[in-house]
Amino acid sequence: MSVNFLINQAKLIQEVIDAHALEIEKLDQEIGDGDHIFNVQRGIKLVIELEPTIKELPISKALNQIAMKVLSGIGGSSGALFGTLFMTMAKGENIDEGVDYKKAIEIFSQGVEAVKQRGKADVGEKTMMDVLIPVANCLQDGIQNNRDINEILTEAVQVAEDGMLSTKDLLATKGRASFLGERAKGHIDPGARSSQLMIKTVCESVIKNRRKI
Amino acid sequence: MKKFMNTSDDFLKESLQGFGAAHQDIVSVYYDPNFITRSQSTKEGKVALISGGGSGHEPMHGGLVGHGMLDAACPGFVFSSPTPDQMLAAAEKVDSGAGVLFIVKNYSGDVMNFQMASEMMQSPNESVLTNDDVAVEDSSFTTGRRGVAATVLVEKIVGSLAEHGGSLQECKSLGDKVNKNSGSMGVAFSSCTVPAAGKPTFELGFDEMEFGVGIHGEPGRRRDKIKPAQDITNELLEAIIEDLKPNSNEEMLLFINGMGGTPLTELYLVFDNAKKFLDSKNIKISRSLVGNYCTSLEMQGASITLTKLDEEIVKHWDSKVHTAAMRWGM
Repeated sequence: MSVNFLINQAKLIQEVIDAHALEIEKLDQEIGDGDHIFNVQRGIKLVIELEPTIKELPISKALNQIAMKVLSGIGGSSGALFGTLFMTMAKGENIDEGVDYKKAIEIFSQGVEAVKQRGKADVGEKTMMDVLIPVANCLQDGIQNNRDINEILTEAVQVAEDGMLSTKDLLATKGRASFLGERAKGHIDPGARSSQLMIKTVCESVIKNRRKI
Repeated sequence: MKKFMNTSDDFLKESLQGFGAAHQDIVSVYYDPNFITRSQSTKEGKVALISGGGSGHEPMHGGLVGHGMLDAACPGFVFSSPTPDQMLAAAEKVDSGAGVLFIVKNYSGDVMNFQMASEMMQSPNESVLTNDDVAVEDSSFTTGRRGVAATVLVEKIVGSLAEHGGSLQECKSLGDKVNKNSGSMGVAFSSCTVPAAGKPTFELGFDEMEFGVGIHGEPGRRRDKIKPAQDITNELLEAIIEDLKPNSNEEMLLFINGMGGTPLTELYLVFDNAKKFLDSKNIKISRSLVGNYCTSLEMQGASITLTKLDEEIVKHWDSKVHTAAMRWGM
């Protein structure tokens, strides 16, 4: 995994998120306070703008700068959660000596675990963790069983979609939707939708381009 | 929306500039990242107290920076948590080597961001988490009780201990004690409007009140028709007393806090009604505070806080303080 890969993925994610912006905003207006899409769009833009600053840096330093940027630039809970993801990935062991698929999955999973601790939310609470935790588990299982990377990533796309759809019938116990009680049922969580789109974008681009990460 | 503002983008910056200019004898304001410190640097060996939170609760926390209280405050955008870069910059400015105590209200965004700052800091630091709101166990913004008006009391009392040479651990312990000894509950008569949103956070009928409201207009226990002040006051106090379980003849501090849009005339009326009720319960009010300290923009309403007193708390409550919003003894 190179810094160039990270920036390219951010650009692809920006296209996909922009294309679904109205849909995500509508989901958030139903059960949140409507600002999720703007936070996500602002965060992605700030990461892309970092390109000239970080493109020559070792991956640990680049990830750290991305973490600090989303932390201060998005703010609130979202900034802290995404900041925690990248900051934990930046601390991955020996990542400046090269990040292959196995290493990438390892640090992503460590990041997801840290986000889970930070937000104190688990699967089943109608948040983005309903996408991130099953995806991290799926990737780790696949790589431990030495399966083909395309097969693993294809499965991860499906797992992300299933996780996102599962939030529809859940009761929210964390985040802003929690005070709606039963009223939040029947609505997909906007954070789960935006993270599912990001996972799908990254996995499909790696499969399609068969390129090194 | 009717507000004194030019653009919502400049709302916070212009307000901070005005605050800094009006109180330049007490505070210095820094921008990008935003934080407020005392105009004089921290005494060597004194624990530095840093608080912060979303803006819109003024004078909390910037107005509580000064001798005998906070060393620095980190204002986030309106009703939005400040970020770790603000806390780290503030800490670098005010840490004199004796450590930093963060005072944090229990809201998920605040907790996460202060926690990250604490992890990133190299020097010794501790945190006091306030959660005095007895209205709801779980609210829309957080897991667990919310931190509200008692935060002001924690900042005053711990601020005094720090000024008198208390160690980082002693300051943390006293902060935890004051928080545990305190209970608060509020009621809103009107909603409030976040400048960037442009419309009220919630709708409230002209004869309705939100009972147990949070400081951002989050829902409380229930929505009710408005009642006489004595009835509202009694009900708030009953909930707090049920939580604090004071002994008969226990000495307490009674704090009537305005939400921003209710005049002092009414806040003093609430104090009167509260005292009558507490007298009937044999609870002795030996210290008091009335005013707009922990506000919610232009919301009409008030909260009541009771704090159980002991010798240590009283000594640090009475000691000298000089901030923009609170001043006595000097």
